[in-house]
Amino acid sequence: MIITRPRDWERILRNLDEVHARKVFIMGCGQCATVVHTGGEEEILEAKARLEQEGHEVTGWAVGEVACHSGGTRLETRRNSGSIEEADAVLVLSCGAGVQTVADATSKPVFPGLESVFLGNVVRHGIYEERCQMCGDCVLDLTAGICPVTTCPKGLLNGPCGGMWGGMCEVLTNRECTHVRIQRRLAEQGRVTAHGIVPPKDFSAKLKPGSVNLREGRERGRKRAGSTGEAGR
Amino acid sequence: MSRLRDALERGEFVVTGEVAPPLGTDMSAMKRSVEVLGPVTHALNVTDNQGATLHLSSLAASRAVLEAGFEPIFQQTCRDRNRLALQSDLLAAATLGLENVLIVTGDDPRGGDHPQAKGVFDLDSTQLIEIATGMNEGRDMLGREMAGGTGFYIGAAAFPEAEPFDIQSARAIRKIEAGARFFQTQATMDIERFAEAVEAWRPYGVKVIAGILLLKSPRVIDFINTRLAGLMVPDELAERVRGAGDPFEESVQLAIEQVRAVREIADGVHIMPLGADDAVVRILEGAGLA
Ligand code: SF4
Ligand code: SF4
Repeated sequence: MIITRPRDWERILRNLDEVHARKVFIMGCGQCATVVHTGGEEEILEAKARLEQEGHEVTGWAVGEVACHSGGTRLETRRNSGSIEEADAVLVLSCGAGVQTVADATSKPVFPGLESVFLGNVVRHGIYEERCQMCGDCVLDLTAGICPVTTCPKGLLNGPCGGMWGGMCEVLTNRECTHVRIQRRLAEQGRVTAHGIVPPKDFSAKLKPGSVNLREGRERGRKRAGSTGEAGR
Repeated sequence: MSRLRDALERGEFVVTGEVAPPLGTDMSAMKRSVEVLGPVTHALNVTDNQGATLHLSSLAASRAVLEAGFEPIFQQTCRDRNRLALQSDLLAAATLGLENVLIVTGDDPRGGDHPQAKGVFDLDSTQLIEIATGMNEGRDMLGREMAGGTGFYIGAAAFPEAEPFDIQSARAIRKIEAGARFFQTQATMDIERFAEAVEAWRPYGVKVIAGILLLKSPRVIDFINTRLAGLMVPDELAERVRGAGDPFEESVQLAIEQVRAVREIADGVHIMPLGADDAVVRILEGAGLA
């Protein structure tokens, strides 16, 4: 799930001002932003009320099925072409990927209405935690299924660092040290000596921008996926 | 050859101290520290943006210590530089005549004066120790032959009193396996636990230099207990300093006792006087080391 949170309203209003936008169309997302309660129907209506209170006119709104899906978003903008055409700008309540998809699908100025923060696990309803940064070179096989890249604030592969105290983390002092958890689970599973020093990470596996083309892989009949860090870099 | 290595390998009990480079270009205050501490120590650690706060680089300041006629321990943290910069600075250090290097992870930037900074941590300290060992053998981290290698005496930080000890100790042993030849430890508070740690590590062939921290005032104790990661002052020591008529004098006495106690166990002491440089001489004299 892509976790988003509300963005500073002052900044949003400033953005609209900068393009002299009085009339605004609002686009939400039916996937993550709906589940996270930042870009579903309810939040769109709140945003609408807020904009109106600030003297803007909302020409219309829609919750696209999946804002980051190019085809779906193109369809959604076509469906709402009248009210988008009427608007001076579009405010998108989705992650940055969705904002860009909308920006590609219309010629109007498009602004982000949310902050995109991380790929999150849903711990409980309304409580999200980052467990994976999608580094492209997964070490979970060495670390008992606990990600040090993400959950150790320093991202150390060999730990704990010297700040660990009483099993707790130096940086997030209310949380257990990731490396203590890893070592304990490895020990519980009898895997303590499975590895010595975890070697330096291959950050080229996560060079920006990432891209995967499953079709190309199939067409060429070789690898299933062409991805960053492989050919072409 | 590194005097520090020479002394440790001969079995001499060593003394190391610590100087902090300035925020700015005026090194005169640091040089005054060097003049006080240099003559009574085997080597001086030169910190690297300590506490994740901005200072002049350890590289330049280490060179200044050397030029003042004393031996620096160049500190390198993994927080501020990626693998290219770390290797390149190690090469630079070797050409500047720096012979000792202490490789540490580094405090997280969130606790420092630039909390918006990106903590790099491209490598961790264990990995960098292994790479530095390779550079001593003339290879970079890719295994390529370099035009001239380094000859560092490689050290690391160790944490004898951290719990759970088995997990922290396993990491210390991995650092030795990666090539660390000496440890400088976190401040010693509990002599028995310190002795157990030394017993666990020494069979791997590492020299252990015990950290001694001057608990010079109740404020310092509060700071350690609330703000400093990886260390706690036990109640009985805290009470002793807090309850004393002259807390500073009491802390000097305490440090003298600690140096005497670890003298039987460790290969040396690393004294951290928190700015009270003159106290170092008194501590060493009191413990019969100067
Ligand atoms: S190592 Fe961590 S960040 Fe990388 S893919 Fe695995 S879980 Fe994700
Ligand atoms: S205490 Fe553990 S989790 Fe926290 S920064 Fe250090 S190694 Fe990482």
